[in-house]
Amino acid sequence: MLYLYDGALNVPKILADWYTQEAQSNYGAYIPFIGTVRSEDGIDGLSFDIYEPILNSWFATWQKKAHEKGAIIKMAHSRGDVLLHESSYIAAVFSPKRRVALEFIDAFVEDFKASAPIWKYDLKDGNRRYALERSTAIKGSGLLAQ
Amino acid sequence: MVRVEFLGPIQKDALELEITDLSQLAAILQADESLHEWLTNSAVALNDTLISSLEGSLKDGDKISLLPPVCGG
Repeated sequence: MLYLYDGALNVPKILADWYTQEAQSNYGAYIPFIGTVRSEDGIDGLSFDIYEPILNSWFATWQKKAHEKGAIIKMAHSRGDVLLHESSYIAAVFSPKRRVALEFIDAFVEDFKASAPIWKYDLKDGNRRYALERSTAIKGSGLLAQ
Repeated sequence: MVRVEFLGPIQKDALELEITDLSQLAAILQADESLHEWLTNSAVALNDTLISSLEGSLKDGDKISLLPPVCGG
């Protein structure tokens, strides 16, 4: 389950909704990761572009891996502007036992950072500036430069 | 006609090109100075699937996407 929202995430509602959705599913562990915009380098917030077709297929691949372990993943992400101390990202794993969920959330979020087609911009002084130095080239990049 | 889309921060309008393979596309894009850095750090998708080789042919209606470095979260 992948959920995209315009602007900041309503974290309490999303976490509660997900809890309710799986309350009777017999999962022993619900482990969420929440990403919140911090104040640093004088930014006013962050902004995001998303390319949904490839994000959807990337997420489906991870959901399949989760199912193979008896788990499920839910993820929410913002499009557009998210201001300081608001949240732009939630990922959560539900699994029968905690160890699978703890390991899975770590691997999932790491690959999310390296592969999910989402672009981050700093909002500062009224400008939207691509955060190239904090971004990661997707595996296999540079093909058309050869 | 093959459509070429530049995603995220690459500030460039989509192209419609009469090409039959990715080597032709590479040559066309390499001639555009504004794309030099983006070509070195962008991944390439054919019809929304990431590819790892320039081999194979393109057909009418195919879509190529360039994906620059990412940073979700």
